[in-house]
Amino acid sequence: MPNMSPRKVPIPEQPPQVRNKNFSEVSLGYTKEMAMEEAERCLQCKHRPCVAGCPVNVQIPDFIGQVARGDLEGAYQTIKSTNALPAICGRVCPQESQCEQLCIRNRKGAPVGIGRLERFVADYHLQHEGEKSPPPPTGGHKVAVVGSGPAGLSCAGDLAAMGYQVTLFEAFHTAGGVLVYGIPEFRLPKAIVAREIAALSEAGVEVKTNSVIGKSSLVDELFEMGYEAIFIGSGAGLPTFMGIEGESLLGVYSANEYLTRINLMRAYDEGFDTPLRRHKRVAVVGGGNVAMDAARSAKRLGADKVYIVYRRSMTELPARQEEVHHAQEEGVEFLLLNNPVRIIGDENKAVTAMECVRMDLGEPDASGRRRPVEIEGSNFRLEVDSVIMAIGTSPNPLLHRTTPGLEVNKRGCLVVDDGMATTREGVFAGGDAVTGAATVILAMGAGKTAAASIDAYIKEKKR
Amino acid sequence: MYEIVAKRQLNATVTLLEVNAPLIAKKALPGQFIIFRIDEKGERVPLTIADTDPEKGTVTIIFQLVGASTKMLGAMEVGQSIQDFVGPLGVASHLEGIRRACVVGGGVGCAIAYPQAKALHGMGAKVDIIAGFRSRDIVILEEEMRAVSDHLFITTDDGSYGEQGFVTNKLESLLDAGNRYDIVIAIGPVVMMKFICRVTQPRGIKTVVSLNPIMIDGTGMCGCCRVTVDGKMRFACVDGPDFDGHLVDFDELISRNSNYKEEELAHQCRLPGMGGEVHA
Repeated sequence: MPNMSPRKVPIPEQPPQVRNKNFSEVSLGYTKEMAMEEAERCLQCKHRPCVAGCPVNVQIPDFIGQVARGDLEGAYQTIKSTNALPAICGRVCPQESQCEQLCIRNRKGAPVGIGRLERFVADYHLQHEGEKSPPPPTGGHKVAVVGSGPAGLSCAGDLAAMGYQVTLFEAFHTAGGVLVYGIPEFRLPKAIVAREIAALSEAGVEVKTNSVIGKSSLVDELFEMGYEAIFIGSGAGLPTFMGIEGESLLGVYSANEYLTRINLMRAYDEGFDTPLRRHKRVAVVGGGNVAMDAARSAKRLGADKVYIVYRRSMTELPARQEEVHHAQEEGVEFLLLNNPVRIIGDENKAVTAMECVRMDLGEPDASGRRRPVEIEGSNFRLEVDSVIMAIGTSPNPLLHRTTPGLEVNKRGCLVVDDGMATTREGVFAGGDAVTGAATVILAMGAGKTAAASIDAYIKEKKR
Repeated sequence: MYEIVAKRQLNATVTLLEVNAPLIAKKALPGQFIIFRIDEKGERVPLTIADTDPEKGTVTIIFQLVGASTKMLGAMEVGQSIQDFVGPLGVASHLEGIRRACVVGGGVGCAIAYPQAKALHGMGAKVDIIAGFRSRDIVILEEEMRAVSDHLFITTDDGSYGEQGFVTNKLESLLDAGNRYDIVIAIGPVVMMKFICRVTQPRGIKTVVSLNPIMIDGTGMCGCCRVTVDGKMRFACVDGPDFDGHLVDFDELISRNSNYKEEELAHQCRLPGMGGEVHA
């Protein structure tokens, strides 16, 4: 008999007033018993709507059935056969707008906790891992993967499994891309990312850090070095500012800078050299996951007041639901329907306040969301000593500026066909470099598609 | 890991290191920079490339011991290795077509001015160098600069060597004496670059400055190195570090570079026996 409880089995978490002072992971994860109980909530329905909601096509009812029967390694293999990074996706995928949204149990009560179960299965596997098999023999064909974020990792993993000799190039000193510089430890422990990179190395992928392709080596030089195809997964790293007065004041950061200092450079840890200012009243502008990450980090660094300043309402807020709830529990205040007008500084050019204007929602715009409209004369002053801009990023222009034949669209995104081939022969691309800032799972899906196309391309060339 | 193959103390607080980094040595052009990270706990610090030897595969960096990281780097010896060394980053200086240049270096900025003068000299341009220092005991690269210039003018603030005065005074007197330059390249403390621009702007002489804002990634990702040029926000790491000096908001740069002064003073914990003095 399925478990007909309308609610998910609760997941243990650090209490809000404890966790908002540390950087350890918020969610502690299911035990085996909890996972099996939650797995029983899956009705194993014939039409499997959840699978259609997964960008990498994880066979969800199959792995959940295996969990319910206690076959946890089997469940892991089921997920792993289509998803290269289950421990990561279980934590950062927006399940509520993908698989779980389509779950039949979602019509009456809560959907099955697919994300929580995926995470449990992946963590259980990591804790109980046995002997590792040696890397498969390579067929000698070399492929370069540029960027070691979600798109690059999934592309490299798939290509290595197909027998290609893969080199993964990373500009930073640590591989993982946005998984290490962007997403904080309390949401995605860095040890998990490091484990996934280590697994790739074990599978025969060569990881080269400190390699800024487009600067240290050009795409054309990679071809000269004997790489037969190149995948570009360089992400959307270029931060956006609003273009309002005061954005160069001390205490104004892009979310990229703020989070990179914290996550990649571990500036919150006294033993590390990178400096970080601990502000007392922080406004984070934006409503996505990055904004939530920045706000919750600021709280953990000891801020008394942390505000999310977002120009639309809670309905339009694009962040994962769970992150919004966690942020609220941790004491982050949401100033919705407000938009910054200018940032005000003192004689030392340090931030003292941000002037905002109240907004109202008008007719839906091109994105289908109701357009925010300023309420005239409603300006007010928000007393803050720091402003973090989390209003999006665009693709880094380094690669297309230095690679002849690589076309980009108006937004600076690489132009690709359905198989992720760019306008330059032998060069493929996927992830945020193509879509602009999106999700980890979409980037992984694109990396996967590109790996299949690269395989087909090299096989075709051999003939 | 990137091994240190040669070390020279240029003066009490300025050190030269040759680092084994063949890929960077092959690629680097004047005006570009590297980012180093001493070890697992280090910060990422940008340094302009002073010289390269593509055959030996080495990159030369010259730096002043100003903060924790540069002091730790300065304490390293030949045979030891730096954890991370990435580059070449930034846009190379545009030197084509220049026939007469005046290169102005201030203090350790001479280390960055030198490769530009060397490149121009190698391209057959007529090069005058004005190198300014506080006093005789901190003069660096004198022979190197002399070898790549038609005239080398050294100034010291206290008159203990060369001509007494600032580089701005010397540039003004050269211009007043009728010297003509297609370009002035000024590299040194931000204040020096600002005042060089005050000399050249009314005379309509194109002036290029090399900016040194605080950076993290050096690839356009963090926006920490943003500077205002011609009223627009630019990132020094990918749009620079060279900019038209007449369009740069120097005061904003001075303020942004002061952001971590307190933290810099407080953070000496990994430097046993080092004083806490910070040089501007």
